[in-house]
This record gives sequence, C-alpha cells and structure tokens, in this order.
Amino acid sequence: MRRLLAILCCYVVASMVSVQANEPVAAINDNNVTPTVPASTEITQTEADTVSVEGLLVTLTKVKLSKALPVLKQLEKVGGAQILPMFESMLAGDLYFVKSSKEVVAVTKVNGEITAQAILTQQSLGQLDSSLVKKIRVNNKLRGYLRQAIARLQISNSDPAIRLDAVKALLKNLSDETVATLTSVRPNEGDEDVLSMIDLALALNQSNSAIAHERLAAVKVLADSLENEARNKLTKLADNDSDAKVKAAASKALKSINQRIEFYGFIDQLFFGLSLGSVLLLAAIGLAITFGVMGVINMAHGEMIMLGAYTTYVVQLMMPNAIEYSLWVAIPMAFLVSGLVGVLIERGVIRHLHGRPLETLLATFGISLILQQLVRTVFSPLNRQVASPEWISGSLEINPILSLTLNRLYILAFALLVFGLLLIVLRKTSLGLNVRAVSQNRDMAKAMGIKTDWVDAMTFGLGSGIAGIAGVALSQLTNVGPNLGQAYIIDSFMVVVFGGVGNLWGTLVAAFSLGIANKFLEPVTGAVLASIIVLVFIILFIQKRPKGLFPQKGRAAE
Amino acid sequence: MNQLMRFSRLHGDSKVAPFVAILVLVTLLASMGNLLMPQDSIFYVSTYTITLLGKYLCYAMLALAVDVIWGYCGILSLGHGAFFALGGYAMGMYLMRQIGDRGVYGNPDLPDFMVFLNWSELPWFWQGMDQFWFAMIMVLLVPGILAYVFGWLAFRSRVTGVYLSIMTQALTYALMLAFFRNEMGFGGNNGLTDFKDIVGFDLQADTTRVTLFAITALLLAVILVVSHKILQSRTGKVIVAIRDGESRARFIGYRTERFKVWLFVYSALIAGIAGALYVPQVGIINPGEFSPLNSIEMVIWVAVGGRGTLIGAIVGALLVNYAKTKFTAIMPDGWLFALGALFVFVTLYLPQGLMGLYKNIMDKRCGGSSGDKPNDDEPALKGGDA
Repeated sequence: MRRLLAILCCYVVASMVSVQANEPVAAINDNNVTPTVPASTEITQTEADTVSVEGLLVTLTKVKLSKALPVLKQLEKVGGAQILPMFESMLAGDLYFVKSSKEVVAVTKVNGEITAQAILTQQSLGQLDSSLVKKIRVNNKLRGYLRQAIARLQISNSDPAIRLDAVKALLKNLSDETVATLTSVRPNEGDEDVLSMIDLALALNQSNSAIAHERLAAVKVLADSLENEARNKLTKLADNDSDAKVKAAASKALKSINQRIEFYGFIDQLFFGLSLGSVLLLAAIGLAITFGVMGVINMAHGEMIMLGAYTTYVVQLMMPNAIEYSLWVAIPMAFLVSGLVGVLIERGVIRHLHGRPLETLLATFGISLILQQLVRTVFSPLNRQVASPEWISGSLEINPILSLTLNRLYILAFALLVFGLLLIVLRKTSLGLNVRAVSQNRDMAKAMGIKTDWVDAMTFGLGSGIAGIAGVALSQLTNVGPNLGQAYIIDSFMVVVFGGVGNLWGTLVAAFSLGIANKFLEPVTGAVLASIIVLVFIILFIQKRPKGLFPQKGRAAE
Repeated sequence: MNQLMRFSRLHGDSKVAPFVAILVLVTLLASMGNLLMPQDSIFYVSTYTITLLGKYLCYAMLALAVDVIWGYCGILSLGHGAFFALGGYAMGMYLMRQIGDRGVYGNPDLPDFMVFLNWSELPWFWQGMDQFWFAMIMVLLVPGILAYVFGWLAFRSRVTGVYLSIMTQALTYALMLAFFRNEMGFGGNNGLTDFKDIVGFDLQADTTRVTLFAITALLLAVILVVSHKILQSRTGKVIVAIRDGESRARFIGYRTERFKVWLFVYSALIAGIAGALYVPQVGIINPGEFSPLNSIEMVIWVAVGGRGTLIGAIVGALLVNYAKTKFTAIMPDGWLFALGALFVFVTLYLPQGLMGLYKNIMDKRCGGSSGDKPNDDEPALKGGDA
C-alpha cells in the first residue's frame, strides 16, 4: 500500500514538473489555442486578433523572401509550440501553399505524387496536383533562424533528450532571444543534464560580459565542459582577454580540457582496436578450430564468411517488412548454410586428402575460387547493401568527444558471446570431448571407438558455421561483396598463427592484440603501413616462437 | 613404382635434351615466321602471337622456379609472385628511365607519375636505374636478397609446411599493399607503363619483340639445363633427401637449412629473371602482380604439369595459360570456375600431374611389373609435405 502511495506521489510530482515546463510557452501564447487543434472551427474564434497565426501564415505566402524573417519571428512569438511542425517542414523545404486559398500545407512527395497536409491541424488533404501549390522559399539566413527557433520551441518538450538536443543546438549561436528563453526555462528544468547544458549556454553568454569577475565565473563553468563551443570560447579568452586573471584561468581550464580530450581519444582508439579485434576473433575462431583440430588449412574459410554475409542479405530480401528481426533469423541461417557447405567440402574433398596439408591448401583454394565466382554469377559482382536494424544503428554518446557506435559495441559483445559458447561446446559437450580427443591423438581416439570421420565432418561444419556467423556480423560493418572473405583470410591466418594453433584462448588474445596494435599504429603510420608493420612483426615473431603465443604442450603438440 | 621409376625420381627426370631441342626449334620457326614470311602467308606468325608466346615462356620460367623448391625440396611458396614482380619492377624502372623527356610532362629525369605527384627529384632507389647493366644487377639482387633474408629467417627457425606457405603468402600480400601506396615511389596503383624502348631498340618494333621472345626461350633453356644439372648433382640429391625426410638428412650431418636457403634464393633469382623478361613484352607492371592469387596460380601450373619434374612444370604453365587465354576469350566468367575445378581435380585425382599420368601410362605399356607395389612412392610424397 505504501509503495502504491509512493508511486502515486511520484506520478503527481512528475506531471507537475511537466506542466511547469510547459508554462512559459503558454505564457507566450496570446491566443489560447490548445497545442492540438482538432478542427479549423476553433481557429476561427481567434481570427479577431490582429496578429493571429493564420493571418501571419497568409502574410508569409505574400511577402518577399527578404521580408520573411520578421513574419517568422512573430509566428514564433504568437504560435508557440503549435508552430513547431510548420517550422520543421519549412526547414526541410516541404512547406507549400495552395495558390487559390493561400492555405499553408506541408507536402510529401512520393514518385512525383504530392500529398498535402494542413500545417496547423495536421489534417490530410489528400493528393494535390503540383500545379495547384507553390513552394514557400527559404534561404540560408532563414534556415539558421528556423533551427534556432525550433530549438527554442523544443526546450519545453516533455522529453529530456529532445530538450538536451535543443539546448545543444542553441549553443552554436546565442542570440538575445535565446538567452532570454534559456533563463526563463532554467528554474523549471528538472533534468540534470539539461540543466547543466543550460548553465553552460548561459556561461557562454556570460563570458562575453564586460565585467571581469563575471567572465571569471563563466570560465569556471566552461572548464567542466567538453563541448566544442566551450573550448573555442576558452581558447579565445586565453589568447586575448584583457584581464590577466581571466586569461590564466582560461588557459588552465583549456589545459585540463585538452588532457581529458586526449584521454577520451585514447579510449576511442582502444574501442576501435577492440572492435577490429572482435571482427578478427569472429573470423579466426572458426579457422582455429579446423586448423587446430584437423591440421587442415582451409583457404575457403573467407568464403564461408562471405556466404554468411550473403545469407543475411537474402534473409533481408525475404522479409523486407521485418528488418528489425532479420538478424535473429540470419544468424542461425548463416550458421546452417556455411556449416552445410563446410560439411560438404569436408566430405567431398578434404577427406580424400588426409595427411597431405599442402594439397588440402590448394584444393580448398580452388573451392574458394569456385564459391567466389558462384556468388558473382548469382548476385552480380557489385557490392550489396545489407540494412542495419534500428536497434543496432546509432551510437552511444558518452560525452561530446567520445561516442561509441552501437553496431561495433554489439559485435564486440557478440564475438565474446560466440567465443564463450564455443568454449562451452568444446568443454562440456560430448562433441567437444570427441573433438579434443581427436585433436590430441587421432589414432588413439579411433582406437577408443570415436568415429573420427564423423568428428572431422562435424568439426569442419562447426568451424565453417562460425565463419558464417562472422559473416552476419561483418555485413553490419561493411558492404557485402564477393571479395569480402578474401579481405579477412590472411588476417585470420595471422591471428591463428600468432595465437598458437589449437588454442582458443591464444586466438582470443592474438585477435585483440593485433586489432589494438593495428588501430594504434594507424594514426602514426597510415592504415596500409600499419597492416604491413603488423604482418612483418608476425613474420619475425614466428621466427622466435614458431608455435605461436600459446603453444600446445605435451605429446599432442607433435 | 619400379626400380627405374624410383631411380628417375631420385635423379630428377633425365629427358631435358629433347625438350630443349623442341623449344629451340619452335622458337626458330616462330621467329622466322614472323620476320621472313609475308603477312598473308599461312606460315606468318603475328607479332601478337609472338608476344603471347614470350609471355607464356616467362610463366614457364616462373613455374620452373616454383617447381625447383616445391617439387624437389617440398617448400610450398605461395609468394613467388613477389620475386617475379620485384624483378619486373627493376626492369620497369629501367624502362621508365629510358622514356626520358618523351613522357606526357616532358621531364627529362622524372617519370610522369613523379611529376604528377609534385616530386622535385628522383628518390635514391631510382638512381642508377637508367643504366642497363645496373638495372640487370638489381633484377637479380633485389629478389635474391629478399629471398635470402626471408629464407634465412624462416628455415633457420625451422618454419615448415603450411606455416611457411602462409608466411610467404603474407609476404607477397604485404608487398602488394606497400606497392599500392603512391608514396612508395613505384607509381602506386597504376604501376609503371608507357615504355618506349629498351637499350635503344623500339619496344613496339617486330624485331625487338622477336628478339625478346628468343632471349626468353634461350634463357629458359639455359635455366632448365642448369637446374637439371644442379638437381642431378650431389647437392640435388641432398635436396631431394631433405624433401623426403628433413630430420634424417639433418641427423646424417647436412646443414639442411643452408641447402634450403640457397635453393630458395636460386628459385627467387629465376623468378626475378622471368619478371624482368615479362615486363618489356607485356608493357606494364603494377602491384596486381603481387596479389596472392597470382602466386597461388603459379603453384597450380606446376601441379598440373607434375611437380618434381622440371619439364612438367613448363608444360603445365604453357597448358594452363593457353587454356586461360582461350577461356577468358570465350566465356570470361567461366575461367575462375575452371581454375577452381582444376585445383580440386588435380589435387584429388592427379597428384603427380600430367607427367605422372604419362609415366603411369608408359609404365603400363612397357610391362605390367609396376602393379606389384602400387603405393610405393606415396610415403615419399607425404614426407615432403609434412
């Protein structure tokens, strides 16, 4: 019961906050139109006012481009939140008016067909002939104003995220109106992030003040921020402020900001390194299994990755209306497709070349050529675009400097998940037991009654299937084309060789260390030289430790 | 399979003399057909054909290089394209310098692409490349040194089998990436092209083309004979012993890594020469020659012809490339299918290549005694691979 009461209290407080947040807008509204105007009949009541929204809209259709700004300013003042959609469609260049009635409409064009929507009521007016409407023109000056105005109007939105974005947009150009709006909304702001952003904006404004100690106070606020505008302002102050104290404070603040930026830059690089590492890990663990267990170099491994990526493409073609869920279908499908092809290759070719690794290498290379050409014939040699579901695109913004793209984050997690699952399969299942037995001593395993043929086929299928899953992940990062696999095959070999054959943990460490090394070298040397340096390093490393970082120990190693 | 066969395997095949004779004869006939016959005669050989033949012979030389180390020493290099391309680049640099001020920008010293990149002077590694003798030394020196360093590093630490193959592939891949860079000073993506003349002779002239073709054929014959002699000598026997049982050879007291390194260098030199002959005939060298696919294609030439037989490598290179020319003309898309199928088919059903097939047939015809120990030569091959 008490809990219920608490929830109720929370609800009431929350609704009060949101009402308060809306208040300033209501104050500006001098015509009492509710934000959602249901029908045009209500608007007619306010037509008596000399400056009504409708009147202004009609004016807007008549004035010249150069005279439109004052009209817009008045519209903002009079219309309030209600005018927001109009400003947005005007900024997008979709604002038209009907020539006969001077009614302003938002227009969406699909294949040349025009669908209009009344701008205030959001009522659909159906399709219109394009000769009946005329565009309301915008220029850059108006666009700049519109952006500001939209942000000012959005400041009173109930969603804190939108409010935050609105304040951020305002930082770029702090006009007097903006400052006034910000000052008026500040006391009612409940969200901490938005509040500090507003403070930052006000501090930016304050830093222009003529009084030295006000500027000093502003610098203190600016020092905590990583926003570009704050940094620019501080640089300016540090260089040419008249007051020595302000100057010193600004340069000190700037120094600490730069340190933080460097730190976040480091984190950013690390993240990209980890991301590359996760891709390498996905591409290489399948190889590590087939190479480690069967001693078979599968040159067609890259094509298994490619098949996985194309499976994703086909799955999305088959379910165009459910892109959001397509990946959940694509992952098992890719595993099956690549796994089956893998089993086929093992049964059809590799089985007959047992104990002749160099010839296996050549034969699988031939298979990779065939698969590539097959894909080229079926899907055309052009790259295919695989759509990313909504939930995987976008980025996680930690601060203005550091934002981690979600797809890379997901793939990192996914790679670790696959790795974990594989470890479990190898450690805990009977298939895993058999696989390990065969990899340690094939003849003995056979003597104990393990069907090594079957284990080989399953191992190969498993390794190829995981390559297929890697293809699904890669399709979210790069374009899908026939050469997709080739780009990763040499790198994955390097990872396996570097990590030590037949050791999954070695593969993990090798993948991430190579990925990170690559990304940290890149800014210094350029991308191509970085990968060359890494290659040369591995070639030299193999001299020292021919069996990789974590060599297999004991008799199994021979 | 029988004693004779085993003997011939150990000593390399001994029938190079007839092959050299055929090679010289064909070269002579083709050259005369081009230079002496009128255009409308049925014996006339077009310059296009001459260039094509010259190209094939370069490939044959390259196949020979791969066969020397793979067929006789069990070292599968997937990076021989690197040595080939380096030799080619050395020649290309010489030809580039010969253009002089006849380039698009008319700069007497700098090749066009350097002018285009706003370079003001020649990089140090382009110095001296305008001298033919110096360029020819470079053709040998650059692949040779690379092979020596790589081989010394690899064989000393006993990197063998698939590891070595992957390493060589990585080597050529790294070089390809490097040569694609404009800053390297080798023309980047476009490579070196638009050559005008070689030691004063116009590259477009028929006589130059025929001469180049004849030189290629001659050098191929020389290299074939030299390789044959080397592999028949005591050294050659040690090399085959290393292929069939490296540990045993080492335990007997041979420094196997030294044999391997020098054989690797020898093979790289052949590849470098092949590249140097290839460039003036084809007229272009670009980083695509470094691509791992090229290097692995060379291996299949050898596999088709029959590894461990010098003539087999040459025959394989000629046949596969002829097929490639025909195939890409008739159905361009089909070639990769055919090449892929060739890889699989040869490794599965023709492990000894065409020469092995030929020998099997001859053995059967000569007398049925070969059937008593059908798998006699299998272990030897396996030992070479492991």
